[in-house]
Amino acid sequence: MSLPRKLKDHAARHARATDPHPEAARKQAAQGKLLARERITAILDPESFHEYDLFVEHKCSDFGMAGKQLPGDGVITGTGTIMGHPVAIYAQDFTVAGGSLGLAHARKITKIMDHAIKLGIPLIGINDSGGARIQEGVNSLAGYGEIFYRNTLASGVIPQISIILGPCAGGAVYSPALTDFVFVVDKISKMFITGPEVIRTVLGEEISMEDLGGARVQSEISGNAHFYAESEAECFEQVKRLVTFIPWNNRKKADPFGPASSRTEASLEGIIPAESTRPYDVRDILRAVCDGSDFMEVQALWAPNIVIGFARMGGRTVGLVANQPSVLAGVLDVDSSDKAARFIRFCDAFNIPLVTFVDLPGYLPGVDQEHAGVIRHGAKLLYAYSEATVPKITVILRKAYGGGYIAMCSRHLGADFVFAWPCAEIAVMGPEGAANIIFKGEIAAAADPEAFRREKVKEYTEKFASPYVAAANGHVDAVIAPGQTRDFLLHALEISDQKAEPRPTRKHGVPPF
Amino acid sequence: MTPRHTLTLDGRAYETALTRKYTLRKPYTPADPGRVAAVIPGLILEVLVAPGARVRRGQSLLVLEAMKMQNHLAAPADGCVRDVAVAPGDTVAKGQLLLVLQPDPDSL
Repeated sequence: MSLPRKLKDHAARHARATDPHPEAARKQAAQGKLLARERITAILDPESFHEYDLFVEHKCSDFGMAGKQLPGDGVITGTGTIMGHPVAIYAQDFTVAGGSLGLAHARKITKIMDHAIKLGIPLIGINDSGGARIQEGVNSLAGYGEIFYRNTLASGVIPQISIILGPCAGGAVYSPALTDFVFVVDKISKMFITGPEVIRTVLGEEISMEDLGGARVQSEISGNAHFYAESEAECFEQVKRLVTFIPWNNRKKADPFGPASSRTEASLEGIIPAESTRPYDVRDILRAVCDGSDFMEVQALWAPNIVIGFARMGGRTVGLVANQPSVLAGVLDVDSSDKAARFIRFCDAFNIPLVTFVDLPGYLPGVDQEHAGVIRHGAKLLYAYSEATVPKITVILRKAYGGGYIAMCSRHLGADFVFAWPCAEIAVMGPEGAANIIFKGEIAAAADPEAFRREKVKEYTEKFASPYVAAANGHVDAVIAPGQTRDFLLHALEISDQKAEPRPTRKHGVPPF
Repeated sequence: MTPRHTLTLDGRAYETALTRKYTLRKPYTPADPGRVAAVIPGLILEVLVAPGARVRRGQSLLVLEAMKMQNHLAAPADGCVRDVAVAPGDTVAKGQLLLVLQPDPDSL
């Protein structure tokens, strides 16, 4: 064959492998879904996608699979850039055998994963698959297992992003679950281990796919998803934005971004109500101190009593953790501890300094919390903060009581800098409870127990419900006016840039997960 | 534990013991979007709306004092207040019904 003929042959082969099957493409569009290739193009910088393994074929000959050609074996893999940041990407193609996962399909994915780990670039997986390719039997399971294994090896080495744009059911859900960030889209994403059909036959319970594992459920109730979008286009914008905040790998820091000034520092004083029992939206504080008020919240809909997310200060990416007084008074509970702990570990693994804003009354009391394991889950937060060696800076805004004070990155868990606003109340417990316990006998014996009790509550409040006892003991480094917050944070981050904190050697810790 | 129960998975019935947690599990019931319940035990400080009032998603309906905080309970959707089940001064348990909202069908 002459070269021109070979080129023509190549073009024909390429077209056969990439042209979508018209009927399957029509079905995909009818569900409001983009095609796999369109999705990759939409996420990556124009013309940046380079595809590999287009001509990979499966080797299955059972159940009529012999001679059945599946273009790309149902998955598209390659590399490209997002706003100039390199990424490895794969997208399952539902129009090819329902995006089902056989061994060749899985090996394409593990190959691109191996590349990403070696090259030190983020991995993005787009999941849209009916599940295991049943005809391939245990080989299909082998494929899943090999992916999970690499997800685990890559954890803490390169950022891993999963985008769920279709069904992702059964064992398949464990790949996203092992990755750092899961993106879902309303009415398109479906995640579950066992579907509605199985639940009906085993338990006799009726539930729709949407109510069982739709985007809303995974974002709000289970906490499996980190970012929720109304459309694929919105989702892709979220992915791009996230990629700009995080580093390529654990050997690098996130790329700095032109420092922008904060919205306004004067406004800080107006955000917190004078009465400590009044709620406010702590995100207003975060937006007021970060560069350009550009705060990207993670898991905004799940456990909203704690707020986590990325921002920049002086151009550097920081991870923000803050109690949210406007939801459940900002208490720590099972879900909020779990949510913050994982985020802290991500930041620590990827050299992102942590800034914590504290305003919480303590842990949520309740039988359901105790029985749900608030001890075990709460311990994750202590573990994550103590384990983290990135710069850790804490600002106590208002209330910091009891175990909650310790847990929220106190000096005692290794915070490098602890600042407190003058309205901070740092004490072992609230004045009411403390007075009732300390003066139990005296209150009972007093001529007017209620008046005596009120007096003691007042005394305790004046003496201990302030930042100055903690400051006198060196647990707080500086009591600062709200307007000084950004300045103190920028300086602390600046001088912590080369922080090194060696720890005893170990294979790995044993966190309470 | 003596296996006295069967569990059917993937078409096969297994003779096995069941855990207490499994036996006591509550069957799934879809959440009623119009039911505004106490998210935390506490004291009702204020009721900000009356039956018949039109409310917008996110609007504060009641103030529930708990955990040293005046928690605002927001409307889950646009709609009309059908019934208010509590008054200021009431102590409420977690999950207790506080208010019934008739959500607009297109607001859910």
